Amino acid sequence: MDLAFSPDEQAFRSEVRAFLEAELPDDLRHKVRQRQELAREDYLCWQRILHARGWIAGSWPKEHGGCDWTPAQRHIFDEECHAADAPPLLPFGLQMVGPVIYTFGRPDQKEFFLPRLLSGEHWWCQGYSEPGSGSDLASLQTAAVRDGDDYIINGQKIWTSLAHHADWIFCLVRTQKEGKQQEGISFLLIDMKTPGITVRPLILMDQGHHVNEVFFENVRVPVANRIGEENKGWTYAKFLLGNERAGIAEVAWNKKLLQRLKEMAADTPASGDRLLDDAVFSRKVAETEVKLTALEYCNLRILAAMQEGSPPGGEASMLKLLGSEVTQAITELTVEALGYYAAPYELADRTPGSNWSPVGPDAAEGVMGQHLFMRAITIAGGSSEVQKNIIAKMVLGL
Amino acid sequence: MDFNLSEEQQLLKDSVDRFVLDDYDFEKRRKTSNSDDGFSRDNWKTFAELGWLAVGLPEEYGGFGGPVETMIVMEAIGRGLVTEPYLPTVILGAGLVAEAGTDAQKESILGAVAEGSCMLAFGYAEPTSRFNLADVSTTAEKKGDGYVLNGHKSVVYGAAAADKIIVSARTSGGVRDNDGISLFIVDNNTKGLTRRDYPTADGLRASEVEMENVEVGADALLGTEGAALPVIEKVVDQGIAALCAEAVGCMEMLKDETNEYLKTRKQFGVPIGKFQVLQHRMVDCFIELEQSRSMTYMVTLKLDEDTESRRKAASSAKAQIGKGGVFIGAQSVQMHGGMGMTDELKISHYYKRLMQIDTMFGNRDWHLKQFAALTQ
Repeated sequence: MDLAFSPDEQAFRSEVRAFLEAELPDDLRHKVRQRQELAREDYLCWQRILHARGWIAGSWPKEHGGCDWTPAQRHIFDEECHAADAPPLLPFGLQMVGPVIYTFGRPDQKEFFLPRLLSGEHWWCQGYSEPGSGSDLASLQTAAVRDGDDYIINGQKIWTSLAHHADWIFCLVRTQKEGKQQEGISFLLIDMKTPGITVRPLILMDQGHHVNEVFFENVRVPVANRIGEENKGWTYAKFLLGNERAGIAEVAWNKKLLQRLKEMAADTPASGDRLLDDAVFSRKVAETEVKLTALEYCNLRILAAMQEGSPPGGEASMLKLLGSEVTQAITELTVEALGYYAAPYELADRTPGSNWSPVGPDAAEGVMGQHLFMRAITIAGGSSEVQKNIIAKMVLGL
Repeated sequence: MDFNLSEEQQLLKDSVDRFVLDDYDFEKRRKTSNSDDGFSRDNWKTFAELGWLAVGLPEEYGGFGGPVETMIVMEAIGRGLVTEPYLPTVILGAGLVAEAGTDAQKESILGAVAEGSCMLAFGYAEPTSRFNLADVSTTAEKKGDGYVLNGHKSVVYGAAAADKIIVSARTSGGVRDNDGISLFIVDNNTKGLTRRDYPTADGLRASEVEMENVEVGADALLGTEGAALPVIEKVVDQGIAALCAEAVGCMEMLKDETNEYLKTRKQFGVPIGKFQVLQHRMVDCFIELEQSRSMTYMVTLKLDEDTESRRKAASSAKAQIGKGGVFIGAQSVQMHGGMGMTDELKISHYYKRLMQIDTMFGNRDWHLKQFAALTQ
């Protein structure tokens, strides 16, 4: 056992840091630092820069265009990117459908989809949840009925993140009504431009447009766009969810958020003292940092085990639970640090030439919005309650 | 001992409850909250006609009732998530005038508040004061018969709508001295007073109020020069009691809505309320609400006791309400799942209000610290 990074890994860290210093555009850095909403083009701009360097898919095997990085390298890369205020890489393509395609897809599917996914030409979104199927995902009803070489899709997905930006959607659909629910589901790749698809925004409590409803009305999808076998979609779906949860600990991002919180508390006047010197507040920050440290080492242990070939099981649920709790604790404390200045909530006017600035300290920008949006992370991707059920069943045998 | 309402109090309760039920449904509230003012002047007129703007004011100026009547109104305001600036005007503004004003000030302001023709706001916080009411950098210097005010008051709820803004300012002493703080009634259109108005996360309106060489007359002084802190503390404690009642209204609404959702939302073939983990969570919410209601009654009935007893009551109640409110708010969102996250459902709006209530007049940590100091 050894926690120290090897000389190679330290050299890798320097290389990543130098790259970020040289290539990460200042406007993106600023937007991320100020917790501003990123536009489609912001995400794509950063994706193209990483793609050009060959660093867009750290965890993917080299044969599919990835870097095949070790867990330590991925950890280092994430830490450096977040430390530099780089935009996040969205998980829908890179962490979710990509690995499903290269693991279960046909050669022609890999050849068509993987390069376009990596380059950013295809923006992916995830069609899993339905109005009646949230925690009980396997009860999903969106129907795919065979018609010659096509399926005809009718139904509705909900909570579809950034579907309004997406070129493609991967969908769980019902191809069989009889028998066990899990055994009648198929996994389809659907072009968002197909006639019959309607995307409707759902505004969340931060007043942001992050998620959507996606309606399918007689949408014709080639059978060739199915991943793997018909009615075996649940297997691929679970594989994907495991990957999703493993990536969701967001250790490096949480570290960055915590660092920002400490900086803010050091800059916040609290009637003669700095807020960071307040014994109660600093104790809460310390508690959160300890929790984050425990998460960091849980995450490294599980990544290392995955590297050695153990698929992520119930442990990934633990990472998702801990990661989401830590994020919520940090954003809550960040709101608390602002005191009364957490209250002002103007939707910023960022049209060119506007001289909008946040009410209160500069660091107040976006704090409340981020906190409100982050209430979703104990609900999305399997609620905390569902994660605990998984651990109880899969890990503890209860 | 008696926790029952009198017949008249019950009539008041029926009247405010009916208004919230009949005339303040959530879609109307959403429209009102999104309007330029953030509230409805028609509603304000209705409040005046029904006598609610006179609640808690001295009888000689047309007022009636006391802390219990205020609690009744504020709980309904909480249930309906009412955006009209009742707390800034009636509880804080009129409360300060009633507590410290001269006969002439009471005469000119309290009657106008009761009849709905005068709105007030109270600026007590500053960018560096955090929750300390005695931390006042704003200065008031004597000039002739009057004063010149300079300083910045932060996050003043209701300031844009207010006819007069009452501000704390230092007439002597150091920035955090208890002595040397005075109160001034400043007309909102006074030269040198500028505001930056904005919506708040909970759908209300607040402002940054900056004063640069604002000249006011001697009659703007409210109470004894340099001796305002005890007055401010007393009225803020009344504000805390009122806010606790509002929070109880919010919490009760969330408890009812979430309980109903657990009975109707089905997953895995059963209502999700059949799952023990959610049953226990719902029970925790219920218990937080009951504790919060008990603490609200306690502080409401102790507002007229001696200073130390009143302050202990206010700080302990505020600590409970802050914790309980945020817990019920966050859990109601969580138990509603994705729907709880939406702007469309009212759940998240109540959560946002309960978050602000936790912060207002000092968050739970601040009040635990006050309570510890008072009970050592």
